[in-house]
Amino acid sequence: MKNAKGTVFKFGDNVDTDVIIPARYLNSSDPAELATHCMEDIDKDFVNKVKKGDIIVATKNFGCGSSREHAPIAIKAAGVSCVIAETFARIFYRNSINIGLPIVECPEAAKGIDAGDQVEVNFDTGVITNLTKGTTFQGQAFPEFMQKIIAAEGLVNYINAK
Amino acid sequence: MGMTMTQKILAHAAGLDKVVAGQLIEANLDLVLGNDITSPVAIKEMDKMKVNGVFDKDKIALVPDHFVPNKDIKSAEHCKCVREFAKRNEITNYFEVGEMGIEHALLPEKGLTVAGDVIIGADSHTCTYGALGAFSTGVGSTDMAAGMATGKAWFKVPSAIKFILTGKPSKWVSGKDVILHIIGMIGVDGALYKSMEFVGDGIANLSMDDRFTIANMAIEAGGKNGIFPVDALAEEYMKEHSTKKYTIYEADEDAIYDETYTIDLSTLRPTVSFPHLPENTHTIDEIHEMDPIFIDQVVIGSCTNGRIDDLRIAAEVLKGRKVKKGIRCIVIPATQSIYLQAMEEGLLRTFIEAGAVVSTPTCGPCLGGYMGILAEGERCVSTTNRNFVGRMGHVTSEIYLASPAVAAASAITGKISCPCEL
Repeated sequence: MKNAKGTVFKFGDNVDTDVIIPARYLNSSDPAELATHCMEDIDKDFVNKVKKGDIIVATKNFGCGSSREHAPIAIKAAGVSCVIAETFARIFYRNSINIGLPIVECPEAAKGIDAGDQVEVNFDTGVITNLTKGTTFQGQAFPEFMQKIIAAEGLVNYINAK
Repeated sequence: MGMTMTQKILAHAAGLDKVVAGQLIEANLDLVLGNDITSPVAIKEMDKMKVNGVFDKDKIALVPDHFVPNKDIKSAEHCKCVREFAKRNEITNYFEVGEMGIEHALLPEKGLTVAGDVIIGADSHTCTYGALGAFSTGVGSTDMAAGMATGKAWFKVPSAIKFILTGKPSKWVSGKDVILHIIGMIGVDGALYKSMEFVGDGIANLSMDDRFTIANMAIEAGGKNGIFPVDALAEEYMKEHSTKKYTIYEADEDAIYDETYTIDLSTLRPTVSFPHLPENTHTIDEIHEMDPIFIDQVVIGSCTNGRIDDLRIAAEVLKGRKVKKGIRCIVIPATQSIYLQAMEEGLLRTFIEAGAVVSTPTCGPCLGGYMGILAEGERCVSTTNRNFVGRMGHVTSEIYLASPAVAAASAITGKISCPCEL
């Protein structure tokens, strides 16, 4: 799997799916449309600032709340290449893998990375490098089958390809 | 080393004698459910799969309930997609407007969820059915699609936290206060990835509706599921509502728990979660010490608190009283049968005479869909389950989560109040 590399947007604890994609937009399931409202209720300018490849870093319990798959879909469609957090809410974790958005749990990285840092993530080794500060962190490497799910852009394509 | 109640159900569904926490298993599913928000995404994914239809047309439940009756053209298109899928696949348990209700109140009432079942639903509050001794958990749309196609899902076997409930709750303390107290105690990620198993002789003092409320909000502590042992009351409920065969599982005496908490229900007080997290709890006594918290709206309903017991308590408080001028009070019975029962018991008359509005079943305002959206800076006391930023409307609006008793009392006074103050 190709490394993720980009500029970091930093968030705190308990970023919930209602702020990631507010329910008022759930009358659509179109990724491109959802992406235009990504993170709207926590950072109104996020969609104007985010560039393809950028990385979200947050502290604990990222993605808590509703089971809406629209949340990781919106993040992925907004161009985000990886989400790193201290911990993830469990439904969000499953959903992200299933739609092909790479996410990595790493408490040390979540603490040692600030907004605006340049970060690179190697999914084969789980190594997260903060290029701005010159520090590295060991996150959990994806087992091969999970890498394949993500590379196939999600569980459905992965099942079909088998 | 013994197994927890949840582990025993999962072991059976996976065809194994034994499972341990952390083990990855593939389990057979007894029910797969989705709503009008999550099913269209699942249907789109399923269409991409190379499969011929669903695994079992009797084991799928499709309940349009979030933006239903259709709130706008886009919602109508989503509902149409679900309706056509249900028709195409001859889904037995598709519930159209007129027979639908809020999914987690409707499915137990229809007898589709019983003890020992393994249930996944593309809705986070799927954990509700643990009140009947089932393993049920929320998933996303892709998992729902795979579940509909194959009748199976993979799980990581969870470890568990045990909550020993003792004693009897006092007047105006209900299941909502119990679960808000627990979330306040362990936090919104206190049970992350884990089961919450409720045991103890205090359970006998909780109605089925109280137990549904408690299991429903396990997700608000990050839990994978919440589950109750099956007692005479739960068996009576299942016999009344279902013809499905149920299986009772009990935790082994030497089951391993990560943590154990003992809670004396008689010591609990009416509890309110302040913005913007369910863990920000305060008792009514603490609130009495604060400056009054004036409100604009009250919502009584949802998959958490829209059942008949909830409406009875709200009506008991509102009977012969008036909603304060300038306050909107919205009451939403969770299903058609609850609606009808509330009508026959005269509860709807009480609500309307008090100046509340009564709506057809919908999740509407709980997630800021429609039927009670908040404007800039407005405050709402709500019997729903989440008070995140912008959940019910404008990003600066505020939600205070509470029981039906506190919500109804607050509608009368216009500030957060307990019925004991009236």
